[in-house]
Amino acid sequence: MSRQRPLSPHLQIYKPQLTSILSILHRATGVALSIGSIILVSWVIALTLGEATYLSYLKIINNWFGKLILFGFTFGLFYHFSNGIRHLFWDAGYGYDLKQAYMSGTLVIIASLTLTIITWLLVFFI
Amino acid sequence: MDKKVAQYSYTKVENMSSVKSPGVGHWKLQRISAIGMIPLLLWFIPSLLFSLLGSYEEAIAWFQSPFNTTGLFLLFITLFFHASLGLQVVIEDYVHNEGLKIASIILIKLLSILLGVLSLLCVLKIYLS
Repeated sequence: MSRQRPLSPHLQIYKPQLTSILSILHRATGVALSIGSIILVSWVIALTLGEATYLSYLKIINNWFGKLILFGFTFGLFYHFSNGIRHLFWDAGYGYDLKQAYMSGTLVIIASLTLTIITWLLVFFI
Repeated sequence: MDKKVAQYSYTKVENMSSVKSPGVGHWKLQRISAIGMIPLLLWFIPSLLFSLLGSYEEAIAWFQSPFNTTGLFLLFITLFFHASLGLQVVIEDYVHNEGLKIASIILIKLLSILLGVLSLLCVLKIYLS
């Protein structure tokens, strides 16, 4: 079998659409969240190691760069969560209509942005 | 595609012995773990925001509740299971060298188990302390 055969989708001639961008973003956020889970695990490890370690761990994270990473993590999480539910509806056989697919896609963007903003407002104002 | 068609084609494909491959099991487990993540995140994200961003003592107190320990166990197991299944599909789609493909999938599984066990041990240690 030839390894040089063209692979679908042919991205060089593929017109990006909302649906295709959301689809690849689901994978990208999935991979990013998997890597980001290391932050969650290291946070739990720091908590296990005692107060001094925990406080110095928070110090490492609590700067503009750390917050930027966590902001991206939050958006990725809410996006993958919302779009994951969209995928589960498809798996159950609902929402295949083109109009519905675009509507649910728009809804996913609005939901993930709103949830991200609410979360960070809570972080800063609690 | 309406619901009937989708269900028909799925059961039909599933019942064909030639396609009863581990792929079908993988597909199902990916969805089951995804569904499991929904209530777990609906519980954990608000907990993180309202109970875990305070002091060290508050965070420890939250971890020491048996309800939360149970939830964290389920969360970490489901999370790393879901992540390793998802990463495996991504690798299968983009890595075309057979040896590299198998090696990366094994590496992903080992890392998931390592991170999973590590987090469970920590959760247990805080609970028992």
